[in-house]
Amino acid sequence: MTMSRETPINLVLAALLFAMPFAALALDEPFYVTLATHMAVLALAAVGLNLALGLGGLVSFGHAAFFGLGGYAAGILSTHVLNMQPLLTWPLEIGASDQMPVIWLVAIAVSGLVALAIGAISLRTSGVYFIMITLAFAQMIYYFAISWPAYGGEDGLSIATRGAFPGVNTAVPLTFFLVCYAVLVAVLVLFALVRDSRFGAALQASRQNETRLAAVGIGPFPVRLAAFVLSAMITALAGALYADLNRFASPSMLSWQMSGELIVLIILGGTGRLFGPVAGAMLFVLIESVLGGLTERWQFFLGLILLGVVLFARGGLIGLVAGKPRHG
Amino acid sequence: MAEPVLSIRELRKNFGALKATDNVSLDLRPGEIHALIGPNGAGKTTLIHQISGAIRPDSGAIEFLGEDVGALGMAARARKGLGRSFQISSLASEFSALRNVMLAVQAAQGSSFRFFKPVMHDTSLTEPALAVLERVGLAQRARLPAAELSHGERRKLEIAIALALGPKAFLFDEPMAGMGPEGSKDLTGFLDGLRREAPILLVEHDMDAVFALADRISVLVYGRIIATGTVDEIRRDPEVRRAYLGEHA
Ligand SMILES: Nc1ncnc2c1ncn2[C@@H]1O[C@H](COP(=O)(O)OP(=O)(O)OP(=O)(O)O)[C@@H](O)[C@H]1O
Ligand SMILES: [Mg+2]
Repeated sequence: MTMSRETPINLVLAALLFAMPFAALALDEPFYVTLATHMAVLALAAVGLNLALGLGGLVSFGHAAFFGLGGYAAGILSTHVLNMQPLLTWPLEIGASDQMPVIWLVAIAVSGLVALAIGAISLRTSGVYFIMITLAFAQMIYYFAISWPAYGGEDGLSIATRGAFPGVNTAVPLTFFLVCYAVLVAVLVLFALVRDSRFGAALQASRQNETRLAAVGIGPFPVRLAAFVLSAMITALAGALYADLNRFASPSMLSWQMSGELIVLIILGGTGRLFGPVAGAMLFVLIESVLGGLTERWQFFLGLILLGVVLFARGGLIGLVAGKPRHG
Repeated sequence: MAEPVLSIRELRKNFGALKATDNVSLDLRPGEIHALIGPNGAGKTTLIHQISGAIRPDSGAIEFLGEDVGALGMAARARKGLGRSFQISSLASEFSALRNVMLAVQAAQGSSFRFFKPVMHDTSLTEPALAVLERVGLAQRARLPAAELSHGERRKLEIAIALALGPKAFLFDEPMAGMGPEGSKDLTGFLDGLRREAPILLVEHDMDAVFALADRISVLVYGRIIATGTVDEIRRDPEVRRAYLGEHA
């Protein structure tokens, strides 16, 4: 990875988010530990979407589907563990697990398969049609979830005990924050590697000019499909952590509002920028908790801020501070 | 005579009532520059689009290296060795000139599903790309975003990208357009040597360049080829003079 004008602000953001729960505990405000965890997890979900939307220009309005699938993976595994039921009995018996790494793998695998199917169909379209078709798929999954009583239906699924992580006690809020933060950092590293790789070059070229990409012999479709799947997997991982954070897998995780929120986070922070989702999630959660405490109509003010960003600061927070991205 | 590299048979393409390509047959032989000339709107670009796979013909066959490529998409044909440029520069505008060419080098190596190695530190991409930029005289401008290059430089970058593919045939759609007399002269010399690497189907309005370069010329008018022949044959052809060359011959 190369140093760029972005690097200092990225480091500041990373340090701020890291310091927040420690400061909160020092000031005896434990609620802010949860808030910081919320920021880290939302940032992670948006890093996933940023891969498709920021690098590939794929405006998925259905990423809540993957966020929710991750959440339900955590919820369903935890329910099975609680009731001591195997997850599957046929064709082979698979036991449930309360280990986070197992939950994450399930979330990633399931969402990857679903994204492969959704992407294979949606990516035949582009523009507004792509937005609408991804929304439609996510809504189908939403309605499926609320009409499936075995796993909570409209009430969602509560998680009796948070998933375990080898060697640490995830029930301690700070510990759980550190787990989420570590995952976020690992995925940011992955994002930077992918962005700068051959695949990343093809993906970004597909956004800038798909005819050019095809003219050199790289079909845009497989590149986009791979990006869509990878993107969904990351967002699902965030969903699993989000459910564990709230000890609850809610159908609202699958709602179109959630998809919209992820897009808003990215636009606020800086589309396609490594730390755009982090900046966006921190700002969003801050606005939500500060303004939300003052007025019921905090979303109105969020709307104003978003309007300002779209009109005057297209590059979002990162763009405002670090200027345009350089591509070498 | 050697087998043609590219061979088009009875190609037809209508846009509504407009016959943009009307029963066109032509071929491209090893080592030659075959110029395709004709008035504005004659269907030259439409023909290039069909050969490269950007649009589908209504009927007819396109054979490349002895193989029917009609069913293949644009990317697959490029991988077979069809390197094209666009009449209106079509680049990854945020990427630098270097990265635009590197994309072609990477495509030629057939390896876009590598997720971890940073391209800017990959000399198997940067070195060939820089060498190609050097050849077209863009090495000094390698790090500039394509969007910030001048018109003439973007035209050269188009050529560089095609070159970096190491193709078996070039399809150039008005590479001289807007290059100015000096630029056209340079490019004419460059294309003259390039035919030794791969034959060129050259769409061009610059008649000085065409007459200097072409081994054969085909004249397209209203989607139909009205004549094919050597430079002298075409210059003498009365129908060609009436339909197109009048002011040039
Ligand atoms: N996608 C399209 N739909 C409808 N008509 C089209 C389309 N593309 C081209 N045409 C028409 O087909 C005809 C041939 O266009 P084409 O661009 O191939 O001409 P050309 O010979 O390249 O002209 P020029 O010398 O100006 O570049 C024109 O009349 C054009 O308006
Ligand atoms: Mg044209």
